[in-house]
Amino acid sequence: MPTLSDYLVLSAILFSIGLAGALTRRNTIIILVGLEMMLNAANINLVAFWHFLPPSPTGQMFALFAIAIAGAEAATGLALVIAVYRHYRSVNAEDISNLKG
Amino acid sequence: MENSLFYFFSVAMLSCALLTITCKNPVSSVIFLVLAFFSMAGLFVLLNAFFLAAVQVLVYAGAIMVLFLFVIMLLNLPAEEKRHRGWFGGAASIFVMVALMLELSFVAHHEKLASSPASPGIDGTTEDVGMVLFSRYMLPFEVASLLLLAAMIGVIILSRKEKK
Repeated sequence: MPTLSDYLVLSAILFSIGLAGALTRRNTIIILVGLEMMLNAANINLVAFWHFLPPSPTGQMFALFAIAIAGAEAATGLALVIAVYRHYRSVNAEDISNLKG
Repeated sequence: MENSLFYFFSVAMLSCALLTITCKNPVSSVIFLVLAFFSMAGLFVLLNAFFLAAVQVLVYAGAIMVLFLFVIMLLNLPAEEKRHRGWFGGAASIFVMVALMLELSFVAHHEKLASSPASPGIDGTTEDVGMVLFSRYMLPFEVASLLLLAAMIGVIILSRKEKK
């Protein structure tokens, strides 16, 4: 039987992989993919706590709302990527540095 | 049975996640992420959250990832050539992973983490989730719909062609 700490370790590893993706890649879309991965790692935590700790539906509801908000976040982020691409003809994060002092 | 399924889904999810961030081609990256989300839905089924597993497949693997694929194909991106400054991000994420593991072991050592599932007050079936969602969580539900509307309007304005 997998225990609560198994799921917590799993989600910690997934979170780190997502963070590595968001920090090392230059493609803005892949950075957004890394963000989605980190959100999902948090969702695993919420559902695992819901399953293993005393009865309360909160964990699962929180995960459900997190999925809805991740949808809004992905749509907004991708619209920003398209707007940036129109302006700079690139989605490389290093080309978009006008705000760098 | 449950043990082997857990290990199968975890290994599948982690290897697909690793392939997602190492693939040079954005399309194959996103396809591997869809596979990772499918394995995650399997983990949700193991945790008795059946409705959430269905939502994970429908919304994440279905809608959001198709949106990503659409944008990648719309922009017609070339594969990424080289990655310098990669060591910083890698080091930072390894540091975060080690910190999380230390924290987890500290908590597990001092606090008795539950090892067997509590008998849940509600199950993860659609009926139970719907009952709770439309009674206790009615207000957050409506607020989420407003937020989605705001996001939709924002996206339409952001991606509209500017008239000169």
